[in-house]
Amino acid sequence: MKVLVTVKEVAEADDDFAIEGTDIAESDLEYDLNEWDDYAVEAAVQLAEAGIADEVVTVTVGPERAEETIRMALAKGADRAVRVWDDALDGGFADVASKVALFEAVVDEEEPDLVLGGVQAADTGFGATGVALAERIGFEHAAVVNHLDVDADAGVAHVHRELEGGVEELTDVDLPAVLTVQTGLNEPRYASLRGIRQAQRKEIAAKDLSDLGLTADDVESALTITEMYEPESESDAEIIEGDAGESAGRLAEVLREKGVSA
Amino acid sequence: MSVLVAAEHRRGALRDVTYEAITAGRELADARGGDLHVAVIGGDVDGFAEELNREGVDAVHAVEDGEEFDHNAYQAAVSTLADRVDAGAVVLPNSVNGLDYAPALAEDLGAPIVTDAVGIAYDDGLTVTREMYGSKVETTVDVAGDRFVLTVRGGEWPPAEGVGDATVEAAEVDIPESGARVTGFEEVGGGDVDIADADVLVSVGRGIEEEENLELVEELADALGATLSASRPIVDNGWLPKNRQVGQSGKVVTPDVYIAVGISGAVQHVAGMKGSDTIIAINTDPNAPIFDIADYGIVGDLFDVVPELIDEFA
Repeated sequence: MKVLVTVKEVAEADDDFAIEGTDIAESDLEYDLNEWDDYAVEAAVQLAEAGIADEVVTVTVGPERAEETIRMALAKGADRAVRVWDDALDGGFADVASKVALFEAVVDEEEPDLVLGGVQAADTGFGATGVALAERIGFEHAAVVNHLDVDADAGVAHVHRELEGGVEELTDVDLPAVLTVQTGLNEPRYASLRGIRQAQRKEIAAKDLSDLGLTADDVESALTITEMYEPESESDAEIIEGDAGESAGRLAEVLREKGVSA
Repeated sequence: MSVLVAAEHRRGALRDVTYEAITAGRELADARGGDLHVAVIGGDVDGFAEELNREGVDAVHAVEDGEEFDHNAYQAAVSTLADRVDAGAVVLPNSVNGLDYAPALAEDLGAPIVTDAVGIAYDDGLTVTREMYGSKVETTVDVAGDRFVLTVRGGEWPPAEGVGDATVEAAEVDIPESGARVTGFEEVGGGDVDIADADVLVSVGRGIEEEENLELVEELADALGATLSASRPIVDNGWLPKNRQVGQSGKVVTPDVYIAVGISGAVQHVAGMKGSDTIIAINTDPNAPIFDIADYGIVGDLFDVVPELIDEFA
């Protein structure tokens, strides 16, 4: 079985940041592997270690900068990577259908049996690409998976979906399928030194739109970010000032007033 | 063009976010001029249809289909009804189940999707307000075209109330056989302690940094006679069991006093504790959203403040 893992390099804003136009200033952003995708990579690598997956391929939509993050996924055990980027994607805000068009083209080339990705990206927080991709490529799917047991012979993934309020839904999903992975599914490993060394020799295939048989029309976004701003604080908290000792003393008074004591 | 809202229910009850989605849907229908249709799929559809006949709803469509959520059935029913009632806008809850079919529905309809909306405006076209970068910023997003799928965040619109004069009808829809089958449910978070019963909670988040540092907050909980709870990352890391998790996917708690230690206050966490009587936050980041809902705050390092606080009660 071949597993394709969608991996995103996400931007995280520093505690202090400035907004320039409709985005956070580049100098105030740090880039990292999306937390949810880290769990998806781990799930795929575990399937390989269990002898269920023969090959784990990651796919990323992102500029050359993203290769550092992709190497991290390779160092954790993915076999090779595909990185899709094109000037046509630069600067705009890609909608779900655009990303799906790119992933669809990669799925057509790679022909995976299982596609894993994070529930959402930490920066944009759409949580939609995996399920939309499943519809486009005719795969089954399950969103927000926090337990995974693949029975390759039966062609079924037994999953738990994490619903709200401490309830899990137990679902059998026919393969091929796209599963979006929730944090807590497993314990993502740290890359070993050996893994990091090996990752340097693993292939990252860079592809642009024409390599995938697509044109700029296929990735024309229906969405435009028109404004970005810091939400006004609705805080009416009493901020307790002073050094640690003083503020703890004042807080202790508040707590005693509320009747708190051991 | 009309607006179509799909209801969400679980294990025999409609979920609150359904009524909130109806309010958002009505807002759009008023802005665009058109009727508001509500679809309910599966379960006790007749009983649900009656409950869904709230003020502002023009028509309720009841689609019979099994008891539990089946994303293929929901997608097929909403897609069919969207065409049947000429819906330009489909509004769904931004819930775990909503996100299990809304994106596929959008793909099916060939319409753009915007998820997790916290506000909408309509003037020639749709503009959606939503957060980015982990709630640090808000954005407005313009949506091209006049047909779209929107999922709305829970708690952002008031629930639709009253009794309306909607027509209620059974809708026939071809439902394809599903390749995903619900086999059961599991309640998680049982065990020795029910944090929902506690009067005072000391709740610990990512700011604690290392598992061995948990001792510090355990000591604080002991000193205060409080129960220890946690935000999601602590449970994901396996440092505390799932029954200690406060938030959307964990427990909803309403103690007299909630002390958030090193918790930034992501929306999923806040959903689980905002009903607490008194909220106290200790966090290094003055912009952390936890301070927006706190009654008392200390902007400082928990590793400095917590030991002092323990001493106060020693």
